[in-house]
Amino acid sequence: MKLTADEQAMLDGSRGKARQKAMDLLLRYGEALGAERFVDTSNVCGTVGASTPFLRDYGRSHGGMDAVFSEFNLDSAEVVEIPQVAVRSAHLQQGIDPEHASRQGIPAEVVTLHRNGEAYTAGLGVQMLNTCAPYTVGNVPAKGEHCAWMESSAVIYINSVLGARTNAEGRESAGCAMLTGKIPYWGYHLEENRLGTHHVLLDIDVESTADWGLLGYYIGEVVQDRIPVVSGVRRAPDLGRLKHFGAAAASSGGVEMYHLEGITPEAPTLAAAFGGNRPLATIRYGQAERRLAYERANVTAKSRDVDFVMLGCPHYTLEQIAELCGLLQGKRIHANAELWIFTPRQTRALADQKGYSAIIEKAGAHLMSDTCSALGRVIPKGTRVAAVDSAKQSHYLPAIMGIECWFGTTAECVEAAVTGRWNGSLA
Amino acid sequence: MSTLVLRGRKVVGGCVEGEALVTRDRISGWGGIDPRTGTVIETRHELKGVSFAGKVLVFPGAKGSSGWSSQFHIARLAGKAPLAMLFNEMTTKIALGAVVTHAPSITDFDRDPLQLIESGDWVKVDADNGIVEVTKKS
Repeated sequence: MKLTADEQAMLDGSRGKARQKAMDLLLRYGEALGAERFVDTSNVCGTVGASTPFLRDYGRSHGGMDAVFSEFNLDSAEVVEIPQVAVRSAHLQQGIDPEHASRQGIPAEVVTLHRNGEAYTAGLGVQMLNTCAPYTVGNVPAKGEHCAWMESSAVIYINSVLGARTNAEGRESAGCAMLTGKIPYWGYHLEENRLGTHHVLLDIDVESTADWGLLGYYIGEVVQDRIPVVSGVRRAPDLGRLKHFGAAAASSGGVEMYHLEGITPEAPTLAAAFGGNRPLATIRYGQAERRLAYERANVTAKSRDVDFVMLGCPHYTLEQIAELCGLLQGKRIHANAELWIFTPRQTRALADQKGYSAIIEKAGAHLMSDTCSALGRVIPKGTRVAAVDSAKQSHYLPAIMGIECWFGTTAECVEAAVTGRWNGSLA
Repeated sequence: MSTLVLRGRKVVGGCVEGEALVTRDRISGWGGIDPRTGTVIETRHELKGVSFAGKVLVFPGAKGSSGWSSQFHIARLAGKAPLAMLFNEMTTKIALGAVVTHAPSITDFDRDPLQLIESGDWVKVDADNGIVEVTKKS
């Protein structure tokens, strides 16, 4: 790779040991990709915390947070002192919600460890957004902005909906970008790699949030890591729908960019979305495909006795919380079930202010932040059967926790939480 | 015993040899593997329940969460990483994942390793020179 003078200086160690390690890893990574150079970035979203079980233990036995950062962000077994981040950096979701630790089965000692880790990370200058959806709480990249973000559901959102430019970075590359402001100039940073490759024609209307999730789940499996262009969307989807759509497509496949003809910023027309590309395939999406996606999202579910309902994957917006409160008003969660809703802590503060949190608590449900069931492995003790309104969560949660999981609409999930029974079906 | 040679581009250097584990399904890192055992856990994956620890993993590429690299990173620390990785599709997930796994890795092959290598074949990986030598099990 061709290095600039400041990149070479960091690699030579003149900006300290940690930045040297960071540049060394970025160079190994860039060469693995086949990149020719780096691009400057001043917007990094990544993970530094050590609140998931393996990292908690690693931090405890290897001397704390500098050791965790050295190994898991810089790929360095040697522990180096970590300096302040060089560019704007935000933290993604963590392993626990310290405000609901006992309900999540987290011992007090781990909460202390988490709080210390959070203080350490904030001390490096990292904004503790603690969410998978930073674009809902103030980090909204501009069109064309070169970013270094982790979190597949956020990556696909900012590339596709906002027109920002990022690859799906990992924990290590995002950590290195925080310290250096550099990331390989490869993939979605380049104009020509952002053009559509597959054409998706909708034969049915896609309206509800659940339906957008199913569409994403279907498309992801078909196009894998390529770039679908969807035609035939009759009503422009809102943020919540786009969030679910992208998260699902990034889970069943590896989609990091899509276009909605006439809607998303790099697809004012079909011709603009494809540029000079000829579509590799045309994919039709009708009732049969919708049903297939629904069956795949429900593949682990057998028992209709539901003991856990999880909402907020990706983290709920305030509008989704408002919709939930409309469904919950005047109802009680069943004695044999629990309902947990996950949202960014900033959105939780707004929900407190609006009275939504009180409605949720009054119903016997719990509004949580900072983590999610799949990431933190936090579910009520004894859960055997869960229900979710996210195709992404239904993809991951059963695999990670070894439980059954239903996928359906938010209303079906609320009904399951209230009755303890799954009565959902594909309308 | 027949042998064949494939040539590709180094992703991570190093020389190793071992038994091949081949899948036509892309592999998900976070939520797709248990890094503490090196086992694939994805619900509808053809390797579900199978461990890649110590194997020459031959697969199309990576998919899913951006936690790919950190899960394979943890697998290395747990002693459950693949011995080597041979794959077709370059993505940031797999490039970073291969780098932090420290496993000799090759891509951009002259012939498709998924067509030529089967699970159980004995594979010599010389990633520094981009050469893979396969001894068929039968």
